[in-house]
Amino acid sequence: MKATDKQAYLEEYELLKKKGKPFFPYAVMKDSAMALIVVGVIILMSLLLGAEQGPKADPTTTTYVPRPEWYFFFLFEVLRVIKPPELVPIATIGIPTVCMVLLLLLPFYDRGPERRPERRPLATTAGILTILAMGYLTYAGATAGSPTEIDMKVAPQYKAGAEIVAGSGCLACHKLGENGNNGPGPELTHIGDRIPRAAIIRSIEIGPSIMPSFRELPKEKLNQLADFLSSLN
Amino acid sequence: MPKLSDLLVPAPLRKTPKPGEAGVPTTPAPQDLKSAPPERPTDLGRTGEKALEAPMEATAWIDQRLAASGFLTGMLFRKVPKGTNWFYTLGSATLFAFIVQAVTGVFLAMFYTPSATQAYSSIAHINNDVFLGQFVHGMHKWGASVMVILIFLHMGRTFFFGAYKYPRELNWVIGVVLLILTMTMAFTGYLLPFDQRSYWASIVGININGTGPIVGPYLSDFLRAGPELGATTLSRFYAIHMLLVPGAIIALIGAHLYLVVKLGTTAPPWTKTGKPRVAEPTSDLDAGVSGNGYHPNGAGATVAGVRVDGHNGGGATA
Repeated sequence: MKATDKQAYLEEYELLKKKGKPFFPYAVMKDSAMALIVVGVIILMSLLLGAEQGPKADPTTTTYVPRPEWYFFFLFEVLRVIKPPELVPIATIGIPTVCMVLLLLLPFYDRGPERRPERRPLATTAGILTILAMGYLTYAGATAGSPTEIDMKVAPQYKAGAEIVAGSGCLACHKLGENGNNGPGPELTHIGDRIPRAAIIRSIEIGPSIMPSFRELPKEKLNQLADFLSSLN
Repeated sequence: MPKLSDLLVPAPLRKTPKPGEAGVPTTPAPQDLKSAPPERPTDLGRTGEKALEAPMEATAWIDQRLAASGFLTGMLFRKVPKGTNWFYTLGSATLFAFIVQAVTGVFLAMFYTPSATQAYSSIAHINNDVFLGQFVHGMHKWGASVMVILIFLHMGRTFFFGAYKYPRELNWVIGVVLLILTMTMAFTGYLLPFDQRSYWASIVGININGTGPIVGPYLSDFLRAGPELGATTLSRFYAIHMLLVPGAIIALIGAHLYLVVKLGTTAPPWTKTGKPRVAEPTSDLDAGVSGNGYHPNGAGATVAGVRVDGHNGGGATA
């Protein structure tokens, strides 16, 4: 912004201010009305949605799938879609840091005198795209099953079993197709080829070597789980 | 008819009209009333009159010592520019959501125990036993979401209206820092109930910090305060959530508001000044003629060009 533009803005602003109304009571009235709406909404949400406590924190559980608060879903989603380990730091720290620096320094690189959004096509487009991207990522993060979701094609009769694998924390130690950690447990991608169904059930119930036992799984779920795993070949 | 602002503001804080300004009576009315003989000079009536005057006198007494009325009238009666609409309430709404968080947070702190063994049961106590406990807890929990939404709306308004441009660049920077601090509050507050969700989400959050280049591992070590997430992590998050970040937020809100009052709020970028855009300095007289004449016999009618008006709380000066 050139010095003449700055001067012109200040003059125009002074004129607008002269034609304006005093902060008190006009702006104060609007602000107070808005404040009432805000506190009303918060009270309503508290009454309708409550503040239920989940089960007590248990560091020994392996089956819990962490979910962040909804306003971190976008971050969660970025992390979910970027899988290769060498790219993870870019997703977790790189992208958010770059976005924050860009946001912080906005007035220092966008220095044009124009303020009307329709005459700032670049800024307005960038702003709308950012909102759409954040909205999409938040939505995708909200609807995603979990970061341990299984991306492979699963036949409908094995869907239930696949969900149990995803929800029980198996992928923390086992690799399954594109998902999960490779180790310390053996890869499960072709487990049905290597071990018979009965042996799979036994492993899940006993938990050989360092694997925890999943004995507390209901019989029905255990069967679905075994059906799914033994179908992998 | 008296002005609305005169009915609401105590006399010592009222804006003193300049002589000759419209609406100033030739003789000061309050003195006339005082000198007029009271209809029924009973003791009771006089006591009532004294009682009515007491708050005025108290305000005057305080003002003599603080000399704050100049600042207060400047702040209260500063003009907000023409075209100011409901979009401009988003900032104060965010502030109000923060106040709700602060007040409910104080009440929660009265019953909450930041220890790994007792945190969960103290929240259960708040929810189940304390009078209105779950209600206040719910307000704090959902108020966080409302505050985050309002911040983004406020930021969106500032962005699309180009309000971050000269001379308000610094206030944008402060606002972004406030956004980051609010997200820090959200992250640290999430662990405090110490249930499964908060425990595992915090582990993931700390691990995410740990993947960052160079400083990442140090940051996650600092947050975890030990090899595993546990008692020390909880008390560290508690201190950050209760002392460090709120202090910083309050200080920065103060700076943010100071700059808002100092520089003035923007008008929507489409607002017409009522006169063609020219670079030459113009006089108020012109504005009165070509514009819609808000001040038909405005006090500054002969003062040329842009000036800083003390009564309007200071304008944006180059």
